[in-house]
Amino acid sequence: MPESDVLIEARREMEICNACRYCEGFCAVFPAMARERAFSGADLTYLANLCHNCQGCYYACQYAPPHPFGVNVPRTFALLREESYRRYSWPQPLARAFESNGFVVASTTAVSLAGVLLAVVALTERGTLARGHAGPGAFYEIVPWAAMTGVALVTMLFSILALAMGAAMFWREAGSAVAPRSRAIVRGLRDALTLRNLGGGGHGCNDSDEAFSQRRRYLHHAMAYGFLACFASTTTAAFYAYFLGRPAPYALFSLPVVLGAIGGAGLLAGTSGLIWLKIVSNRASAAERLFGGDFALLGLLWLAAASGLLLLGLRTTDAMGTLLAIHLGLILSLFLLLPYSKFVHGVYRSLALIRDAADRHAADPTV
Amino acid sequence: MSEIGLQLTATHPPNVDVLVVGGGNAALCAAITAREAGASVMLLEHAPREFRGGNSRHTRNLRAMHDRPEGVLVDSYGEDEYWDDLLRVTGGETNEELARMTIRASAGLPSWMSAHGVHFQPSLTGTLSLGRTNAFFLGGGKALVNAYYRTAERLGVRILYDSEVTELRMEEDAVRAVTVVSRGFPLTILPRSVVVASGGFQANIGWLEEYWGEAAKNFIIRGTPFAQGTVLRNLLGQGVQRVGDPVQCHAVAIDARAPKFDGGIVTRLDCVPFSIVVDRDGNRFYDEGEDFWPKRYAIWGRLVALRPDQIAYAVVDAKAAKLFMPSVFPAIAAETIPELARKLGLDPARLDATVMRYNAAVHPGHFDSTKLDDCRTEGLDPPKTHWAQRIDTPPFIGYPLRPGITFTYLGVRVNARAEVLMEDGRPAANLWASGEIMAGNILGRGYLAGFGMTIGTVFGRVAGAEAARRARN
Repeated sequence: MPESDVLIEARREMEICNACRYCEGFCAVFPAMARERAFSGADLTYLANLCHNCQGCYYACQYAPPHPFGVNVPRTFALLREESYRRYSWPQPLARAFESNGFVVASTTAVSLAGVLLAVVALTERGTLARGHAGPGAFYEIVPWAAMTGVALVTMLFSILALAMGAAMFWREAGSAVAPRSRAIVRGLRDALTLRNLGGGGHGCNDSDEAFSQRRRYLHHAMAYGFLACFASTTTAAFYAYFLGRPAPYALFSLPVVLGAIGGAGLLAGTSGLIWLKIVSNRASAAERLFGGDFALLGLLWLAAASGLLLLGLRTTDAMGTLLAIHLGLILSLFLLLPYSKFVHGVYRSLALIRDAADRHAADPTV
Repeated sequence: MSEIGLQLTATHPPNVDVLVVGGGNAALCAAITAREAGASVMLLEHAPREFRGGNSRHTRNLRAMHDRPEGVLVDSYGEDEYWDDLLRVTGGETNEELARMTIRASAGLPSWMSAHGVHFQPSLTGTLSLGRTNAFFLGGGKALVNAYYRTAERLGVRILYDSEVTELRMEEDAVRAVTVVSRGFPLTILPRSVVVASGGFQANIGWLEEYWGEAAKNFIIRGTPFAQGTVLRNLLGQGVQRVGDPVQCHAVAIDARAPKFDGGIVTRLDCVPFSIVVDRDGNRFYDEGEDFWPKRYAIWGRLVALRPDQIAYAVVDAKAAKLFMPSVFPAIAAETIPELARKLGLDPARLDATVMRYNAAVHPGHFDSTKLDDCRTEGLDPPKTHWAQRIDTPPFIGYPLRPGITFTYLGVRVNARAEVLMEDGRPAANLWASGEIMAGNILGRGYLAGFGMTIGTVFGRVAGAEAARRARN
C-alpha cells in the first residue's frame, strides 16, 4: 500500500496512543490498536474506518495540540478514511469524485434535476409539469413507468455493484486475517446498527465541545433508519406496481406511503440536526477539508426527504407534476452518488466492525 | 467564556469570598465545594486553557478505600490494608492522623466525583493489578479536569487562565492581598479566604539546581511546566511551616528522548527488569532484576540521576523485545553489540566487555516474567537477581534513560482541616492548602499509585468547605 503523508501521520499518532492507552474505554478503536505493536497501512485503514469520529479521545488527550506531540486522532482518521474511499473506489477513475466531493455531489444533483425536468418537458405533452395528476398511474403520466423503473434499476444496480467491489477490495486489504464466523458478522452488524461506539462507553460523545451527549448518535439513527424506511417504501412500491399490478400513487395509509412519510420525517430531522451539529461544533478536531462532501450529502438527503414529503402533501394540487420531477431528479442523483460520496462510510464502517468482532473473538474466545 | 466576560483591573481590586490558586484536581475540588457552599469563588490557573489542569492532566486513577465492590472497584480495600500500603512505600515518613483521615474520606470520593461529571472505566490493559484499589477515569486525567471545569463553570466559579500568582501578601498570619499577573497585566485581589493548590516546584529547574547542582539541567519534567513553586516559595518565606525533604523528588527512569516538559505517560520505559542498564561509561551499576517493575521504577530515576551526565542505557536482545510495553520512541537496534554501542554513543569495546561479563555470569534457570523467577547471575557485581537471560540474540536493542521528575515532596504543613500552619504551629487565619503543595504531609517519601489524586480530592473538598465557611461568617 502506498504510504501517504496522512498514513504516516496516523501511524505516528497510533504509536503515541499505544504507549498511553488512556482512551481504552471510549470505543473499539483503542482496544483494537492495543492488539497491535506495529501498524501496517492496512491496519491503519482498518482503524480509521473503525473510528466513528466521536471526538472523545481528542478532548481527553493530554497530547492534543498545542502539545508538541499534536495528537488529533479524529481529524487524522477522517482524512485517512477519505483516502480509503478513493483507494477502494470502483471503477478506479471515478475515485477522482472524492477529490472535491462537495462540488461533485452538488453538480451531479444539478445535472440530474435538470435532466429529469428537461426530459419530462421534452418527452411528455405540453403542460404536463404544470398541472396535477390523479388516479392510479398518475405518476407515470409525468415520467413513464418504463423510464422510471428502467433508470432506477440500472443506476441502483450499478451503484450496488460499485459498492460491493469497494467492499471486496477493502476486505481483501484491511479485513480480518481469517474468515469471520457468523457470530462476528452478527456482532459487527449489530454494532453498526446500534452505533454502540458513538456511546462513548455509556454517556455519549463530544458532539460539539467538552460536554458529552448522545445527540449525534440519535440524529444519525433518525437519518439512517429514515433512509432505510424510504428505501423500503420504494421497494414496496415497486413490488406493488410490478407484481400486484397496483401502480402509484398509493393511499395515505398504504405501506409505501406510511414508510415513506416516516422515513422522510426521520431523514429530515436527522440531516437537519447533523448539519446543525457540524456548524456549531468545535473545528479543532474536525477535518474541515472534507466538510464540502459531508454537507453536500447531508443536503442532498435533506432535499430528497423534503421534496418527497412536499410531494405527498401537495400531490392533489397543480404542483404535483413539478414536485414529482424534482423529487425523482434528486433520487436519481442519490442513486448515482451512493458509491461516490460520504455514503460509502457505512459500508467500510460495517466491515471494520465485523473485523473488530472477529479479532476480539480471536484474541479471547470467551467474547 | 467566563475569562473573556470578566473585566478586572489593578485599580479596582475585585473582592471574592474564596480565591483558589491553581487549576488542577485539588484546586477544582476546592473551588466546586466552596461554590456549592454558597461562596463566591475565583480560580486562578497559571496555564492557558489548552494546558489547564496541572499534573492532573497526566493522571489516570484515584486510590479509594471500599468495603465491598463499588462501581468499577472490585472486591474490597479496607482502611488497614490501605494504611499498610502507605506505610510500606513511605517507610514511615507519613502522618498517621492525616493519612487515616484521607483514607477514610477516600471511600466517598467516587460517588462525589461521578456527581460532578467524572466518568469511570474498568482498569486499563496491563494495569489489572490496580483494578481492586484504584478507580480509573474514563479517558484519563484530562477528561476528569474537563469535567470539573465544566461543573465549576456551570456553578458560577470565575475562572482566569494565563494567570500566575506572584505573591500572597501576609500580615499577622492572614493573607491580605494576592498579586497576580493575569494575561500579562498586573492584578491585585483581596480575597476573604485563600486555598493554595498550586503544586510543587519540580518544573523550576533553577530551584532544583539548588539541591542537585548542574545535574538538574539533565532532568526531564514529566508533567506540567507550570509547577514553578512560586506560591510555595513565597509562603515558606513568610513564616509558613515547611514539610517534606526539599532535596527529594519522585523520579522515575524515562526515555531520554522525552520532551523537557509534559511528556507524560508515553515516555516511560518498562524494559529495565528484562535488560541490563549501563551508564555513560558502559558499566552496570544496579540490580535490574531486583523486583517487579511497578515496585522498582521509582528508584531508577534517582539511580540514573546519580550517574555521570545523568544518563543510562538499557540493553535487551530480541528475546526480551516483546516482554514490555512499547515505548513511544523507536527502539535503537543493531545486529551486534559494538554496533549498538556506536548508535547509542557508547564505547563499543566497553559495552561489549560488559555484556560478555554479564552473559558469562548468567545462571541457567526457568524464565518467567510473571514471577520472581530463578534466572540470575552468579559472581557478578552488581548481580542481576531475576529475569537474567543472556543477551545473545540479535537484533540488539537499546533505550537511553534519564531521570523523569514527577513531583517534589517539599510543601506547606497543614492540619486535618487543611489549614496551613505557621512556624509557631498555629493555623493561618484564612489560608488552606490542597494537592501537591501539601502532599508531603502524608507522602514524605515513595509513591502509591493514584494516591496523589486521593490527597488532592480529599483535601480540596475539605479546604473548599472550610474556606467558604470562614468567608461567609
